[in-house]
Amino acid sequence: MSTTWLIVLVVGAATVALKGVAPVLLGDRELPAPVARVNGALAPALLAALVAVQTVGDGTALAIDPRAAGVAAAAIALLLRAPLLVVLVSSAGVAAAVNALT
Amino acid sequence: MEQATISVERSMASGARDVAPIALAAAVIGVSFGILARDAGMGVVAPIVMSLTTFAGSAQMAAASVMQDGGAVAAAVGAAILLNLRYVAIGVSVAPSLRGRRARRLAEAQLATDESWAIAQDHGRVNRERMIGAGLVLLVAWTGGTVAGVLGGSALGDPATYGFDAMFPALFLALLVGQLGDGRSRIAALAGALIALLLTPVAPAGVPIIAAAAGALIALKPPKEPTP
Repeated sequence: MSTTWLIVLVVGAATVALKGVAPVLLGDRELPAPVARVNGALAPALLAALVAVQTVGDGTALAIDPRAAGVAAAAIALLLRAPLLVVLVSSAGVAAAVNALT
Repeated sequence: MEQATISVERSMASGARDVAPIALAAAVIGVSFGILARDAGMGVVAPIVMSLTTFAGSAQMAAASVMQDGGAVAAAVGAAILLNLRYVAIGVSVAPSLRGRRARRLAEAQLATDESWAIAQDHGRVNRERMIGAGLVLLVAWTGGTVAGVLGGSALGDPATYGFDAMFPALFLALLVGQLGDGRSRIAALAGALIALLLTPVAPAGVPIIAAAAGALIALKPPKEPTP
């Protein structure tokens, strides 16, 4: 088996297991109240971390590059309550423009 | 029974409809992944199978870039698995909403992605039907984008030229804004971002994201009684 297929199969099987382990083992029982509250706060914590790392993370270094300009444009569009499509297009457009100029 | 079926279908349709602009972004990012995977020497079929089975953008991107840099199999697999560890936590939050036997729960859980899970949030719970509707649309968009990227990507060139690499964090920012309803979620978000940034220079990729889940521990404390 080639290296590529080995990676595809192992990562695929691992992801299926990671996503499924709690739903399969826990069933549909309700979580204790403190756990449920932490779960409710999980979305903002994880999403904020993803924003931060994907804006300025570059492997194991931090880097300010055209992505930061694109995300700043998205933030302004969000403040102006622009539709999601406008937010995404402005992030890509500004990042592309800064990328072309630098 | 009839009524229940109709409302389930409505919820699935609402998830599918609301995720449409996100799905467009997922398709574009799928194109980026297809281009990267082709460059990394993964061929045509393997990246498409990976999008269908792994169905998690950042992990797939990480695995492909390790391969492109000539890294070891263990490094590529390790990076992807670390990035996907957050799905254990997402799985815990999805679990109470899923129905039926274990095989069905396992299958439905696969439709949880950062995006489908975020838009299915409903007062601290996950709306199963919305997540399934959104997840199915995202799976089609993500895999379709990957097909376009591996087949036609060479004509496009470097995705950074088009600013595609900024769309990922912009999308997560838009999803985040919808989650900042109360003070605690804002503190959780701030803590999560800080933990991730502080760990990025010192920890392998993926670890900063899963460690950021600790930001949610702020919610262990019961909410204060509203003051009149």
